[in-house]
Amino acid sequence: MSSAARSSSTSSRLGLKKNSLADSGVAGAESGRTTGPGHRDAGLVGGFMIERFDPLKGERLQVLDEKGAARADLEPAIDGQTLRKMYVNMSLARAADAKALKLQRQGRLGTFASSRGHEACQGGVASAMQGSDWIFPYFRDLGIYVTLGFPLQDYFHYWMGNEAGNRTPEGMNIYSFAIPVASQILHAVGAGMAANYRKLRIAVVATFGDGATSEGDFHEAMNFAGVFRTPNVFVCYNNQFAISVPRSRQTASATIAQKAVAYGFRGVQVDGNDILAVSVAAKEAAETARSGGGPTLIEAYTYRMGDHTTSDDASRYRTQDAVLEWEKRDPIVRFQLYLKSKHLWDEAYEREVQDRASETVEKAVEAAEARPPASVEDLFAYTYASMTPNLKEQLSDLNAFLRGGAR
Amino acid sequence: MIMTMVQAINQALAQEMERDARYLILGEDVGRDGGVFRVTEGLVDKFGPERVIDTPLAESGGVGVAVGMTALGLRPIVEIQFMGFIYPAFNQIVSHVARLRNRTRGRFPVPLTIRTPYGAGVKALEHHSESTEALFCQIPGLVVVAPSSPGDAKGLLISSLRSDDPVVFLEPTKLYRAEKQEVPEGLYEVPLGQAKIVREGRDLSIVAWGAMIPVALAGAARVEAEGVSAEVVDLRTLAPMDRETVIASVKKTGRAIVLHEAPKTCGLGAEIAALICERALLSLSAPVIRVAAPDITVPLPKSEDYYYPNTERLLRAIRGIMEF
Repeated sequence: MSSAARSSSTSSRLGLKKNSLADSGVAGAESGRTTGPGHRDAGLVGGFMIERFDPLKGERLQVLDEKGAARADLEPAIDGQTLRKMYVNMSLARAADAKALKLQRQGRLGTFASSRGHEACQGGVASAMQGSDWIFPYFRDLGIYVTLGFPLQDYFHYWMGNEAGNRTPEGMNIYSFAIPVASQILHAVGAGMAANYRKLRIAVVATFGDGATSEGDFHEAMNFAGVFRTPNVFVCYNNQFAISVPRSRQTASATIAQKAVAYGFRGVQVDGNDILAVSVAAKEAAETARSGGGPTLIEAYTYRMGDHTTSDDASRYRTQDAVLEWEKRDPIVRFQLYLKSKHLWDEAYEREVQDRASETVEKAVEAAEARPPASVEDLFAYTYASMTPNLKEQLSDLNAFLRGGAR
Repeated sequence: MIMTMVQAINQALAQEMERDARYLILGEDVGRDGGVFRVTEGLVDKFGPERVIDTPLAESGGVGVAVGMTALGLRPIVEIQFMGFIYPAFNQIVSHVARLRNRTRGRFPVPLTIRTPYGAGVKALEHHSESTEALFCQIPGLVVVAPSSPGDAKGLLISSLRSDDPVVFLEPTKLYRAEKQEVPEGLYEVPLGQAKIVREGRDLSIVAWGAMIPVALAGAARVEAEGVSAEVVDLRTLAPMDRETVIASVKKTGRAIVLHEAPKTCGLGAEIAALICERALLSLSAPVIRVAAPDITVPLPKSEDYYYPNTERLLRAIRGIMEF
């Protein structure tokens, strides 16, 4: 299909979609959600897992309960080796995160935004991605980097204060993570528009927190995605806090997922501490995107276990009781219990996983610290495609100063 | 062919898009309507709605999605309808467009062009007369261009589109249809970062750009009868600036006036005056003078003439600097 045809069919499809949502609301359709013209889109995929959980009715997709027991009708068929790989990545992300916090306290790494508690969100999303898919992450996304195989030493190198660590290796489709909140969601939509134009069958993922949904760029991105029917998977880690401001101050909507309805596409709320729930939803959303079915908004309901960053003190605005309550829902423990029930986990295996994670982390830190800091030339070399006369002069002046001091 | 600046820009877009499928145009009303100034007229018929894209009304959205398009190898061209409406996109421009190349050490450059009409002098509505180029010239990583003639507009735009750096391309609204000029039919580049001496002179250098160039030329022509030979330097690229041409001109003439329609304080004239003081102080026989708009909000049309620098104000400055 040409892009022209795609764009001209957008409005009618959205029209149908809108009607179908209205219909299901009026009818209060329970199991009848696989009917209605809007579902032709999902029909490209099969499965309809997302369709079964309506955020407008407060429904949330959960595969594993807090004891790690899977709901039989929702449990995905994933082989043991892959399940263990997911567990290894979650454990590695947690270990790398803990190490970064330690390094920061020792003055060996700068301000750091911990991902603790987000391992299921990040691991689940990354596990849904395929070779040529793209992701536009944000600053709290360590589990994405770990799962996609981004060099951990680069990751540490960046947070130790070096731009060179922020250079994604060639061929790896991880865009540079954004710090200005929500701004990256538009980039993901643009990449999705480019994928449509180039007729690439890929999914383009954007991740962000609940605070991001208050920014204008979030709404502009959702709006463009709906209008241009982009192959996007939007994943909001609703971790209940934007630094100190709670989720209740970000929006009066009952869920974040339901915002998708207003933009003309699907939204689903999933248990963000359940890696299987995130994975199932993200895989379905990615497949929908790849097959021309348009965008999906996934709200992964979770909790930020740590401070916002190492510069924050969360005890100023939340109680330890709340944190302890969420400790019981630790995403790694939950997945571990699931693996145990499948005879894929025991104490010996855990020691092996922890030892390997710790070895990987230590090696990465060592390599990151062994790297030289940027040269003075490097600071000037990447501002423009080639250095301007003005920059050459300023570089030469700085070098002269560094050589000769104030003389 | 004889054409206006609007036609020259339209031709540059059409010819480059013909040549390279990586270019897409994004903006409000750029498609069927051909843009509110008709700069993109006919392009949607030629290239289809998948390449000339009417977007939802959202400036940050337009620039933001363009950034993402560059990740997948495209070279988007974003039209912001008026410079006064570019500010919602400022975060995207400053925080991403300008700095991604550096913060990824060259892995993710952002080769896009943002076109926008700018400037006063056409008795427009509020917010339709902004000339805030200095905001962008301050940002490392951006190229800022402002043509003053149809021929330059075409060549500078082609260079901008082909540049691997992001370009903010400022089109002087007042000059869109002010004059027609012979413009070469084929593709050609006017290099970025090169100023042009549009009138040679011995006694005084007037540094200007965009819609102030006709004002500068008119002023120079008027004082010629009084025996003053004024040189006019058209910066063309405002950032990174061609400092050598400015300095060489001032060293030759010994006097400099910077003429711009943006407010005086912290305008680009301040940077140029500082540059001249750093590099050519001993050649000066008078202080550098800035002829600029006052530091007030652009007035509504009835009062615009008090604001907008014109030939008479320039003449007063020329006489002042010559008598110093």
